[in-house]
Amino acid sequence: MKVSVIIDGQMVQIEQGAPIIDAAKKAGIFIPTLCYHEALKPYGSCCLCIVEVIQDGQRRLVTSCNFPAAVGMEIFTNTARVRQSRRMIVELLLVRCPDVPLLQTMAKQMGTGLSRFKTREANECILCGLCVRFCEEVVGVGAIGLANRGVDREVATPFKMASDVCIGCGSCTYICPTGCIKMVSDRKTPNLRSLKMGNCSLVPCPNSYQCETCQIEQEFFKDIKRVIAEFRSKGQ
Amino acid sequence: MDIEKVDRILEEHEYRHSAIIGIMQDVQDIENYLPEETLRYISDKLELNLTKIFDVATFYKAFSLVPRGRHTIKVCCGTACHLAGAARNLDQVERTLHIKAEETTDDRMFSIETVNCLGACALAPVVVVDEDYYDAVKPGKIEKILSYYRSESER
Ligand code: SF4
Ligand code: SF4
Ligand code: FES
Repeated sequence: MKVSVIIDGQMVQIEQGAPIIDAAKKAGIFIPTLCYHEALKPYGSCCLCIVEVIQDGQRRLVTSCNFPAAVGMEIFTNTARVRQSRRMIVELLLVRCPDVPLLQTMAKQMGTGLSRFKTREANECILCGLCVRFCEEVVGVGAIGLANRGVDREVATPFKMASDVCIGCGSCTYICPTGCIKMVSDRKTPNLRSLKMGNCSLVPCPNSYQCETCQIEQEFFKDIKRVIAEFRSKGQ
Repeated sequence: MDIEKVDRILEEHEYRHSAIIGIMQDVQDIENYLPEETLRYISDKLELNLTKIFDVATFYKAFSLVPRGRHTIKVCCGTACHLAGAARNLDQVERTLHIKAEETTDDRMFSIETVNCLGACALAPVVVVDEDYYDAVKPGKIEKILSYYRSESER
């Protein structure tokens, strides 16, 4: 069912329950985001996409990437309160990640700069969870996850050991908005790619992608051959 | 940990993903910590991604991925206990056992933990060993309390 909502004075129709960022897209209004990606389920961790919503006479700030649209909703994407809150969010992210160009640019655009808060330990990860969700939802591997909590929360492989399921596709490198997962070639094993993030490394293939000589692969081929042979013999 | 024991726990929880915390609690009740192979096995059996399990295991302070001692000493360092001298008690426990907070003795007998409020401020400073609460603890009493658990374990 479609519902009409008013966004910055424009009336647009979107699916009921769809995130209100869809309405903004339809109306051609830009909303800054960090943890949102069309291919993934909404997550709502960065809060940068907040907008003001009036619903049932109540006015409040909500994250537009995961707040469901409903009948009679009025949305404001650029009020003083919204701008002020976004500025604060970027400022805080910048405290955590002072060296990330994207955040520096964002801060500049929003008219804020070096923060009055102290950096505890410079980090490049904003914990948006894009890499984790992409690896799980799109690649279907789930090699990385989030671990620990509070100020210690981080992206990590299980037990912080080289992952045995990562396929080295590099999607996480590609999708990371701050560029903190790097794909590096390993000098010792030239065909092996490692993905490095701080001191956690993902070493995908133990045999440098030499499938023809790989023990695991040979076993697999044998199995396949056997299955095909069985299938044929049955058919006759 | 015995595979059969793990299987029994999983069965009790009907292999539900939503029961992962309960499953881990049961494992920890038996082993005092969450062994890596056990978590890997659970991940296989439940068909639940290991990253998810690792997330939960590291999120809650109640879970430990390293072996803990048979007895856990929790020294409350909340506001009331702090004012009543919790720091000195903690010092004394650490000195007596020759380990620091969040560590375990070599013989796996004791682990020390600090907690931030046990909700028993009237009893400050509080020290809890396993399930036993000790109120108004003074550094001088620590040795006596610990020796009770030492001798109990020998029995
Ligand atoms: S490179 Fe590995 S960790 Fe990254 S998305 Fe691909 S499978 Fe997942
Ligand atoms: S590594 Fe990058 S994509 Fe992953 S959570 Fe951190 S900032 Fe986001
Ligand atoms: S984009 Fe909506 S919370 Fe991050």
